[in-house]
Amino acid sequence: MTSTIVVNVKKKRITELLAGGKRTDGRGVNDYREIQIESGVIERAEGSARVRLGKTEIIVGVKIGTGTPFPDTPDTGVLTVNAELVPLASPSFEPGPPGEDAVELARVVDRGIRESKAIDLEKLCVESGKLVFVVFVDVYVLNHDGNLIDASAMAALAALVNTKMFKYTVEEGEIVKKPGYTPLPMLDYPIAVTFAKIGNKLILDTGLDEEQVMDARLTITMNKDGNICAIQKGGGSGYFTREEISEATKIAVEKTAELRKVVVKS
Amino acid sequence: MKANKKKPKKEGEKMTSKKSEKLIDKKGIRLDGRKVDELRPVKMEVGVLPNADGSAYLEQGRNKILVGVYGPKEAHPRHIAQQDRAVIQCRYHMAPFSVDERKSPAPSRRDIELSKVIREALEPAVFLEYYPRTSIQVYIEILQADGGTRCAGITTAALALADAGIPMRDLVVACAAGKAGGKIALDLMDTEDKVGEADVPVAFMPNLNAVTLLQMDGNLSVDEFNTAVDMAIGGCKKLYEIQKEALKSKYVSEGVKEE
Amino acid sequence: MPLFYEKKQLVIPGDLLAEGDYVSGDSTYKTDGKIYACRLGLVDYDGKRVHVVALKAFYIPVPGDLVIGNVVETTPGGWVIDIKAPHLARLRASDVVERSFKPETTDLPSIFDVGDLIIAKVVAYDRTRDPQLSVREPGLGKIMRGQLVEVTPTKIPRIIGRQGSMVGMIKRETGCQLTIGQNGLVLISGRSAEDERVAIMALRKIERESHTSGLTDKVTEMIRKERKAVESK
Repeated sequence: MTSTIVVNVKKKRITELLAGGKRTDGRGVNDYREIQIESGVIERAEGSARVRLGKTEIIVGVKIGTGTPFPDTPDTGVLTVNAELVPLASPSFEPGPPGEDAVELARVVDRGIRESKAIDLEKLCVESGKLVFVVFVDVYVLNHDGNLIDASAMAALAALVNTKMFKYTVEEGEIVKKPGYTPLPMLDYPIAVTFAKIGNKLILDTGLDEEQVMDARLTITMNKDGNICAIQKGGGSGYFTREEISEATKIAVEKTAELRKVVVKS
Repeated sequence: MKANKKKPKKEGEKMTSKKSEKLIDKKGIRLDGRKVDELRPVKMEVGVLPNADGSAYLEQGRNKILVGVYGPKEAHPRHIAQQDRAVIQCRYHMAPFSVDERKSPAPSRRDIELSKVIREALEPAVFLEYYPRTSIQVYIEILQADGGTRCAGITTAALALADAGIPMRDLVVACAAGKAGGKIALDLMDTEDKVGEADVPVAFMPNLNAVTLLQMDGNLSVDEFNTAVDMAIGGCKKLYEIQKEALKSKYVSEGVKEE
Repeated sequence: MPLFYEKKQLVIPGDLLAEGDYVSGDSTYKTDGKIYACRLGLVDYDGKRVHVVALKAFYIPVPGDLVIGNVVETTPGGWVIDIKAPHLARLRASDVVERSFKPETTDLPSIFDVGDLIIAKVVAYDRTRDPQLSVREPGLGKIMRGQLVEVTPTKIPRIIGRQGSMVGMIKRETGCQLTIGQNGLVLISGRSAEDERVAIMALRKIERESHTSGLTDKVTEMIRKERKAVESK
């Protein structure tokens, strides 16, 4: 556990600066850190991407497998998102099965992709009720310097855009690979932006030090039409007022459009 | 203590419609007979478990939810203790028989996430800083699920915390609004939640005007979202009146009458 | 500077009680000049002090309090005592054993063992320290007999009464000895089980009706009626 005395001093400094609209690293309240995206970093994966958001670093690998569809959706492929907070990424991460932070991260990323219908899962059905493709999205946090949600969602989107499906034919109910690839069928490009509340100020793209002192966070995921497809409040024992929520959604409309250009063109 | 007198459709009736358009008819009436801005019938009761320090039971539609609170007491395991405040250990758990297909009693990823967001919805209300190195345990058991269990769980948990005599800034009350059959509607039940277009659960501290839980999945324009949030907060305010009543009637049932 | 509730009105956490130049008392909190309730209970005003008599609250130790607790653990240096507070209390061996105390040879369980009930005084407690107890006064130490009754700690002042009037009356009328722990535990020891039963009834009545006036008379009346009914059988 981080010593609270350090955090108190930090909190004071961060809050004082924010009152004047400034942040410790000189950014404006709605500025993101530098974003670097590399696609296809893992050759053995069907799709992959590495995202660096300042010093936060995430790799997402996409693997395509096969499986049986869920009984209530016999004609659609399956999406599963998993997140690992591997111990090398931060002294506060411990080995072992995913804890609540990892589970929440995975589910927020999952919800953005699923609810925006980013992947055309109906095209991933091989045989109704029997055989479909399964898209495994594995989020791997390599260095934690704050705002894991936005970085992971960007990396997941970049990896999905990068994903290649092998061509195949079906012979006697079995998939036979053919030479050549097609891109994963995509319908939308969801982008998540996470606001942190510190004092009575909202800021975007928190660094780790800001995250340690924030009262609460609010993640808004928007699709390409500027509609909201997922929201998650979390990150501490604070709250948002109704007005702050409206303000955040307004900023999110512009910010997600801006970030989408950065992620999808890569 | 009913929010409204209308009865839901026959218990156990299976709603087979899979098309969202059919969720609300031309007159704006929903599958269970409600209007778009109407809550399901609600019943709340406080102090239902003799062993727990605080407890509450709630029915909302076919949801049946039981919450027990213990503490504050010494934090176990010791390493979870915080030197400057109490911690809330919250477990949202669905009984295996609470849904159509048996649910494994092992915590799912959904359960883990919900336990976390519910805890974070309750934390702003509790004076955690009064009781360093202790823990407050909140056990939420979903006995029967019919959509909106996380909200109903929060509403019930706040009652159980107040019943335990744990100092609170305000009660917390939660309600979802969403989009079903193309319309923004309050307090979605299971079928509307599954087939509908979006769900927006909101938890609210009525006296402090603070939103302590906010999630959404689905697809809403910014305007629709704002309408849904306002409708959900409206639902919270109605539920808050029932919460109040439930707490006060516990006082009366203990044989204490106001002079 | 308005007050929003009448005396003895029922309030719940978050209810706005007063605004302006008032002092926040028990089970209330003050923020931005406004006083809110933080527990379910009855409002009371006492000059400028606004407080809530909570229906239910747990015990928070205060140095000087007499408490009753049970021994849950013996450690090399003493005992761990459950006094129904958020933290377990400690009783140092050195408080009981004279200077020659050696952890390796002194048989602590022969003094107090797990499961023993003790009466003790709180000598220290703050945010950083578990409650410290002492039994170094006459009347403190192991409880050998009697019956333990648990009541809500917020009702203890009412059970004691003004200058001990209520508890004095119960002792007189029932012939029982009552030891009252501020932590909501009351030890009753009488000549017969019947005497103890009546004393417990009296405690329950006080707990239920603690906010009503003329309670001492009402309880006296109840005890007398109860004893008469038994004698006439």
